[in-house]
Amino acid sequence: MGELLTLFPNLNLALPELILAIGSMVLLMIGAYSGGKATGLVSGLAMALLVVAGFILLTTEGTGTVFHGAFILDEFAIFMKMLVLTGSVVAIAMSVNFMKREQFDKFEFPVLIVLATLGMMLMVSANDMITLYLGIELQSLSLYVLAAINRDSVRSTEAGLKYFVLGALSSGMLLYGVSLIYGFTGQTNFTGIAEAMAGSGRSLGLIFGLVFLVAGLAFKISVVPFHMWTPDVYEGSPTPVTAFFSAAPKVAAMALFIRVVIDAFEPISKDWQQIIVFISIASMVLGAFAAIGQTNIKRLMAYSSIGHMGFALVGLAAGTQAGINGVILYMVIYLAMTLGTFACILAMRRKSGMVEEIKDLSGLAKNNPVLALFMTLLMFSLAGIPPLAGFFAKYFVFLAAIEAELYALAIIGVLSSVVGAFYYLRIIKIMWFDEGEDSFVPMSGELKLVLGASGIFVTLFYLVAGPIFAATSGAASSLF
Amino acid sequence: MFDMPLLTIVTFLPLIGALMILPITMSEKEGEKEDSDLARRNVRNVALFTTLVTFLISLLIWIEFDNSVAGFQMVEKYEWIGPFMAYRLGVDGISMLFVILTTFLMPFAILASWENITKNIKQYMIAFLILETFMIGVFVSLDLMVFYIFFEAGLIPMFIIIGVWGGKRRVYASFKFFLYTLAGSVLMLLAIMAMYWNSGTTDISVLLTYDFPPEMQTWLWLAFFASLAVKLPMWPVHTWLPDAHVEAPTAGSVILAGVLLKMGGYGFLRFSVPMFPLATADFAPLIFGLSVIAIIYTSLVALMQEDIKKLIAYSSVAHMGFVTLGIFALNNYGIQGAIFQMLSHGLISGALFLCVGIIYDRMHTREIAAYGGVVNRMPNYAVVFMIFTLANVGLPGTSGFVGEFLILLGIFQTNTWAAVLATTGIILSAAYALWLYRRVILGPLVKESLKTLMDLTGREKLILYPLVVAVIFFGVYPTPIFDVTQASVDALLNNYQAAIERAATQVTGN
Repeated sequence: MGELLTLFPNLNLALPELILAIGSMVLLMIGAYSGGKATGLVSGLAMALLVVAGFILLTTEGTGTVFHGAFILDEFAIFMKMLVLTGSVVAIAMSVNFMKREQFDKFEFPVLIVLATLGMMLMVSANDMITLYLGIELQSLSLYVLAAINRDSVRSTEAGLKYFVLGALSSGMLLYGVSLIYGFTGQTNFTGIAEAMAGSGRSLGLIFGLVFLVAGLAFKISVVPFHMWTPDVYEGSPTPVTAFFSAAPKVAAMALFIRVVIDAFEPISKDWQQIIVFISIASMVLGAFAAIGQTNIKRLMAYSSIGHMGFALVGLAAGTQAGINGVILYMVIYLAMTLGTFACILAMRRKSGMVEEIKDLSGLAKNNPVLALFMTLLMFSLAGIPPLAGFFAKYFVFLAAIEAELYALAIIGVLSSVVGAFYYLRIIKIMWFDEGEDSFVPMSGELKLVLGASGIFVTLFYLVAGPIFAATSGAASSLF
Repeated sequence: MFDMPLLTIVTFLPLIGALMILPITMSEKEGEKEDSDLARRNVRNVALFTTLVTFLISLLIWIEFDNSVAGFQMVEKYEWIGPFMAYRLGVDGISMLFVILTTFLMPFAILASWENITKNIKQYMIAFLILETFMIGVFVSLDLMVFYIFFEAGLIPMFIIIGVWGGKRRVYASFKFFLYTLAGSVLMLLAIMAMYWNSGTTDISVLLTYDFPPEMQTWLWLAFFASLAVKLPMWPVHTWLPDAHVEAPTAGSVILAGVLLKMGGYGFLRFSVPMFPLATADFAPLIFGLSVIAIIYTSLVALMQEDIKKLIAYSSVAHMGFVTLGIFALNNYGIQGAIFQMLSHGLISGALFLCVGIIYDRMHTREIAAYGGVVNRMPNYAVVFMIFTLANVGLPGTSGFVGEFLILLGIFQTNTWAAVLATTGIILSAAYALWLYRRVILGPLVKESLKTLMDLTGREKLILYPLVVAVIFFGVYPTPIFDVTQASVDALLNNYQAAIERAATQVTGN
């Protein structure tokens, strides 16, 4: 025992992960032994577990590495993990009522979300290619199952299968890249890789490894050209699952992306910058144009999220501390906006069941003015119109791009945000200008809470912008 | 005298009014008709009261204002987001009167919507009050980012106003308005970022005398131009304006023509000329060319319009052409004239749209051909419309004359050809305005539908008569305006000359 303690002197840094790991097993037992009748209980406990993990994370003292440098906890990791936990808790909360009404009573759902969250937290804390892979796989495998969780629906199964096949391909590419990097540097640890590169300089094999690695990570945050799975999976999965997909996993994958390129590949920053500039421009443009023709709101949100990840990458392309700060702030605001929007989408329910066509929103301003008002604020925020939060998100990433003199990226980016504004405006138009259909059934309490919180956040962001900005600056500076 | 953040109060007072309207519940159900009428009345009264109080308090700004000071007054400053943006407010001689113009026009806009807006009146009034906050914010902000946020935020309520309460093609018009303006503005945003990295601040009062590198000035100027030219609007990016005007409800047109267009001219005076003087000198001929084309071309287009509102919209573009000519004449006459012209056009075009709204409310058409001989049924209206038509033409004795005359004086010194061509525009403006008047008001009353027209109601008189007084008063006695603007315009021109000379000595020094 004593030997074990010297081996892992700082195990308490990974305490939140340990709690989630053990807790999820316990939840699985509870679910299995109560014969599937305890979905509500398991959901509640899962949320409590995530909250406890977040609380411990905030009260953990000290930062540093564990497991021989494979796991790192710094301010950046703490901040991003809190975002991930928030996304997961809200996703479970938004699913409770849905599961009751849609006869979709599966206790595995919250358990899988907890397991995915554990994977995401490992991704955020990864400081070694092995941890990176383990985290990604734990998260991805949980997500594949979640996408297909509604077994009776052909669409859901198809979404799960598609996601699995493409996800496995991307994992393969990622592993291939990792093996190349290991081959040319002799290291799997991020710090070690950076040191090896600083010593020997860049080599062609290493660049190949980098490209494969970035391709694998780009798949996880679904940016062009690795975005193809997103619209189908978003549309096919049950809506609470889509809400979850669009929030926490993006934050975790973006955090991992940042850490890999900043910590491990800092010496060859010029090389990865070019790649990121390309995928960023491609995502912003595709996200803007492809969303215009969509009729299904979940599919539209898929393209919207592709575009938003493109915008966030603008900050990463700059590669500076201001840029990373911009990305972190972008993820905070994106999380709030996307969860609020999905609360609206989950509220699109008529007596006959859920609807998800954009035209079903027509006349919403008359039938349910409060819901329409919040949805409008969220849409303007997603479009990046001041004074709403989405504007500040875009502002800080572009500010960094201008500092780094990436003018072409910045100009294409802001112009594609104008194109993107078109489809957000179209949703607002349908809600406000078009004459109505039947009203939706009243929203459930937890959706009201999520929608209200996120609507108020995006509307009054400028009041709390100072403190939030200070927090993200602290997180960003811990990487440099 | 007052130890209060006066500018903050004036800026956010309308927002508080909007929040007070929010809890008023409207019931559309049968049997609760009386409640609903009461609620409507309350909504209107709160909105009117808010705008009136805002106007009265904004007059305190004028009273407090020291005409002899060239710099910014009543400055307020609070930390906001690190070094990137700070909440800075202040007014100088250039911006102060635009604040008064905004608060002055708002009660008229509310009154103009008194009876003809029945659908969603609560949301309508809230949108207008929020819009007022954003408009005032544009003119009082002393920080580039605060300015940009207000400038851009105004799109949201205006989009809703045109889209929900507009005419038949309101969706097209509102989208065009929004996307056009946004596309221009985002480039300005990038320029603001570049300015921050170069100078290390977004404080407008510091940037006014900051020397940006010459080649950078060119790009920054073009980026600001992209935004301001759309907003003003200048030919050839004016095409959103006729659509937006035609489809917007009367009050929306009043605010659009009266205030929103002025943001473009204000932006040129506040940013382009003082911050990028070298680029301004380089690009002045371009502005002259575009302005002259705007004046002549849009006047000709106005001549051929069949829709009254569209005609006035095109005449606005022509008048804004005079404003840009005056600003880039870069002498005292030109700039003073441009500021005066903007203020006066705010009153006159606002009043003209109100006039159109009055006959539209009765006849529900804006086709010129549908009218004729209105004078027989509406003599008071005919007189008022005559006064505003002549003011629009620039008849001496009305405020329209003072601005155009000064601009022509100024531009004549700088570029005689531009002055000559612009003067032909005045003749054209007389042609289209008087022809419109003849077709609508004069002639025999033959159309059956017009024979039941009623003359101005008390409410309509209340809207139009104060504007008549203002237009004639400032036409005869413009001094109060020039007293306010003089010191700031002098300082602007001195800084401009100094910057040009500094650059010249640097070139010869090397």
